[in-house]
Formats: sequence, C-alpha cells, structure tokens
Amino acid sequence: MAVPILKQSQYLIATIQSALSDEDLLSLQAALVDKVGKYRSRGVIVDVTALDVLDSFASRTLRDIAHIIRLRGAETVIVGVQPEVAFAMVQLGITLEKVSTALDLEEGLAYLDKKLQHARAEL
Amino acid sequence: MPEPNSDVDAEYCVPVASVNDIVTARVQGRGLAQRLGFSAGEATLVATAISELARNIVQYAGNGDIVLRSITNGTRQGIVVVARDHGPGIGDLKLAVRSGYSTSGGLGLGLPGVRRIVDDFQIVSNRQDGTTVTVTKWRF
Repeated sequence: MAVPILKQSQYLIATIQSALSDEDLLSLQAALVDKVGKYRSRGVIVDVTALDVLDSFASRTLRDIAHIIRLRGAETVIVGVQPEVAFAMVQLGITLEKVSTALDLEEGLAYLDKKLQHARAEL
Repeated sequence: MPEPNSDVDAEYCVPVASVNDIVTARVQGRGLAQRLGFSAGEATLVATAISELARNIVQYAGNGDIVLRSITNGTRQGIVVVARDHGPGIGDLKLAVRSGYSTSGGLGLGLPGVRRIVDDFQIVSNRQDGTTVTVTKWRF
C-alpha cells in the first residue's frame, strides 16, 4: 500500500497508514527523495503512529530516509513511535541514532519550525 | 532446553517466500499472542521476533515456513515460533548470533536481536537441511 505524502508549506508529511511491506518502505523512500526536490521542501515528517512493528529493516530504511533527505538539504523527523514499539526496538538493539524523533505530528512540526528558524538566524 | 510439559492446541504454518509474507507471519503471530492473553508489549516483541526470522528466510534461503504454536507449562502460557528453511545453512553459527555481525549489509541485529527479545532461542543449521530457529516467548 502506497503511503500518502502531503505537502504543507515547506514540509512534506508522510503518514504511514498500516503495516508496510519492504517494497512499500522502499517506494516511500524513493517518493520522498523525489518530492523534496520537486517541492523544494525544507522538512519531512514521517508519521509511524500506525506501525505496530519496527523491525531492523524498517528502522534501517527510516534511518536511510533521514540521511538521504539530509543530503538533499532538508530535515527529517520521525513521529509517533508507539510505546510498545519503542520498547521492542531498544530490546532488539535499534536506536535510530542521529535521526530526529518527536512524540507526534504537532511536536514534529514544532521541531522543524525551530530547526528552520535556527538555520535562518545563522544566515 | 528441558522440554516443557507442552500442550499444543493450535498450530499455524505461514509459508514464507516473499517479503509480503513477512507481514502475514507477524500478523498471525500477534493474533495468537493476543488470543493467549499476552500484553500489547509482549505481543509486539513476538511480532518483531517473527519479522526478523521471516526476513532471514527470505533473504538467505528464498523460502521456508514460520510455524506458530501455543505451549503450556503448568499455568504458564507461551508461544513457540519455528522458522525453518532448506537454504544453504549458516556457515559460522557462533558468528551469526554475535551482535553487529552481518553478511548482508544489514544492521547485524537479526539473530542476536531476536535472542535478546525471547526467552529461549535454539538454532540448528547445516548444509543438508538448511536452518531451523526455534524461539519461545512466555507470557509474563
């Protein structure tokens, strides 16, 4: 199932709706990388609230998405990692280091706004 | 492992031949865990372990099965997950269960990660028969 990607001002919001196959995750990765350029987005939010499992492959893909998007000049924040999912990830040994996370969509947007303000202040 | 006084009342076999079957296997596993009264957190651990084991099958053997069954030991209830394939087998088992080791460019969390999130972990692998990983997770 394809993940809908919503454009909201300078941001792209990808909301994962249900359990994703590996292929779905890889198409999400490709779509985001493409759209960041197309819309000249400054930030990407990937909402994983609906995911009941984040295994090593899914985590690696999310990490890759964040790193690739950063190379494209935008920031990524993963939002909505559920408590049980977070618990299982840490036990499995997944930390998503160097990837920004926020509690939910609202916090994710606030995080990106702050990041962008900082970036502008430095200019 | 001392064989628990097992009472198998249901067995589910999910054939795993493509990445799409990984989702099917873990949905089945979570369903069984919930029916057995596992908490949401425990059911997530079961589903995550199944996801890793099923992915190993697809990645290294091409196809195999995930077999799920419930077991009882006195008043304890648990789930046994058997991941079996007839693939090439694992060359160095000690290395394969070591954290951070991967031949596929993965995170190297697969088998060692699974071992951390289950209560019992057994692996048998050789070139003739392929690989069978059997894990048990008890309800808290």
